[in-house]
Amino acid sequence: MKKTAGRPEFPSTALKREVVIIGVGNQGRNDDGVGIFIARKLKAENLPQTRIAFNSGEAASLMDSWNGSDTVFLVDAVKSVASPGHIYRFNAQITSIPKVFFNSSTHNFGTAAAVELARILNRLPRFLIIYGIEGKCFEAGWGLTPEVEKAAKTVVRMLLADIFSATAYVSNKNGGI
Amino acid sequence: MKSKKTIKVDYLSRVEGGGGLLIKFRDGEAADVKFKIFEPPRFFEALLRGRSYTEAPDITARICGICPVAYMMSSSQAMESGLGVKVDGQLRSLRRLVYFGEWIESHALHIYMLHAPDFLGYQDAIQLAGDYPDIVQRGLEIKKLGNEIVALVGGREVHPVNLKVGGFYKVPAKQDLCSLIERIKRVREAAYETVRWTSTLSFPDFEQDYEFVALSHPQEYAILEGNLISNKGLNITINKFEGYIQEEHVAHSTSLQASIKERGAYAVGPLARFNLNFDKLSPVAREAAREVGMEPGCRNPFKSIIARSIETLHACEESINIINDYEVPEKPAIDLKPRAAASYGCTEAPRGICWHRYILDDNGTISAAGIVPPTSQNQKVIEKDLLQLVRKNGHLPDDKLTWMCEQAVRNYDPCISCSCHFLELKIERD
Repeated sequence: MKKTAGRPEFPSTALKREVVIIGVGNQGRNDDGVGIFIARKLKAENLPQTRIAFNSGEAASLMDSWNGSDTVFLVDAVKSVASPGHIYRFNAQITSIPKVFFNSSTHNFGTAAAVELARILNRLPRFLIIYGIEGKCFEAGWGLTPEVEKAAKTVVRMLLADIFSATAYVSNKNGGI
Repeated sequence: MKSKKTIKVDYLSRVEGGGGLLIKFRDGEAADVKFKIFEPPRFFEALLRGRSYTEAPDITARICGICPVAYMMSSSQAMESGLGVKVDGQLRSLRRLVYFGEWIESHALHIYMLHAPDFLGYQDAIQLAGDYPDIVQRGLEIKKLGNEIVALVGGREVHPVNLKVGGFYKVPAKQDLCSLIERIKRVREAAYETVRWTSTLSFPDFEQDYEFVALSHPQEYAILEGNLISNKGLNITINKFEGYIQEEHVAHSTSLQASIKERGAYAVGPLARFNLNFDKLSPVAREAAREVGMEPGCRNPFKSIIARSIETLHACEESINIINDYEVPEKPAIDLKPRAAASYGCTEAPRGICWHRYILDDNGTISAAGIVPPTSQNQKVIEKDLLQLVRKNGHLPDDKLTWMCEQAVRNYDPCISCSCHFLELKIERD
């Protein structure tokens, strides 16, 4: 299910200007750190109206990290049956997140739990896109495997397009900058 | 005709790390229970060899994402004792504060998100939130405060970066800590409600004759230091730990199992601390315990959820006291000079005592390290609980028995990543 970044389906009412990017994971466990790797790349771009956050993937603090934000993009590693480097893209407002995804976090209380708990508690951002990248190695150690690093660079490009699209949309929707 | 039956949980959820359960029945009787741990060993003790004593807190913090402060405190204090210094006064108070932050976040996570669903018949906190959103919100609010305390004093929520041997890299300003006071007071109310709420849960009729072990401090509900005591006469300084406690390898676990020499299994954690140190709890926490009928001497491990709630209340109360009394220390840390030493540290992680031993050479380089995390210590008692529980409830259908067994394992909030450091349940009936 590899998708490319098209113009997201934004809510029809005014959104807060700031776009939030949340990189999730643990760089001390190889490919589990891909979300952090991508967030760091985007931070280095000094993008306007964009806040970059880093999170270990623990559900409660993850919900806090998007609290008060309307437009959020989250990136995390996935451990499913796909080939390493496979890119998933979910619109959390439309799709439930499969529990088997994103399960390498503490007490298995991670990204999927955060999204589904937030949905029930009405704490989902109005627009939440989740990128998942299939990892290969989750053992203790530093660095991404080549397949995952290649996918990470693709996701950076997809997110840049998303951020550009979102900030332009928000400015336009809110009456321009 | 002989009959055989096996119940197996391949991968137990809502615990930290990789493990499982195997329960074998022969002729209708529970014959064997194994708490299997298959999380790959992580060799932290070997990783520490050749590193400077100053690196131990940051390296050991990586053992656990839920209780890094426990590892940082035990290793820091071990180094300090070996190098002949004591961190006291406001620096010690700040250490207690950041540790209480960790207790609050870890306890709130376990009470609301991991253990409460067992008692109320839900698969997970998401289902629980569907019917009881306010309760789950309360848990999240408590947890958030714990995260904030750790972030403020420790520099960040997970794997804090501001703690070091000798104290801190930077100490907070009084007004920074005071900014938390009103929040802590609100969360203290929520914690009190949590004690009342957990006491109304339905607890299986199950009691065992445990040896509870915890740190004991003459003035405080021990968290940072003290002697190791038990309800069966153990009273030793922490450097005598290896003389009384043995660790052994069993084939079904990648984590060593600890026991008291010539006596066997023992339990550490909130229920042990509550039973052994009840008189040192804050007045409000003691009052809450009495209000809900929770008295020291409790031998029902399922009631550990109440003990955890009481400790959360205590941690809020003590955090307020620490902040009210806080004065910015002159220096953020005490200077240390390396020397050859055998050094020991032991503190109360949310799940129980976390014991460390190091051998340092003249330059302060670590030549040997030994770490005994709480889950290693609770493994044997978990297996004993499960065997007795299955013997008592073996007539139940497999799905109900499996549920009860998983709930019983979670009584101890096992952190398998720490102990090796996870869960799968398999029941075999002949």
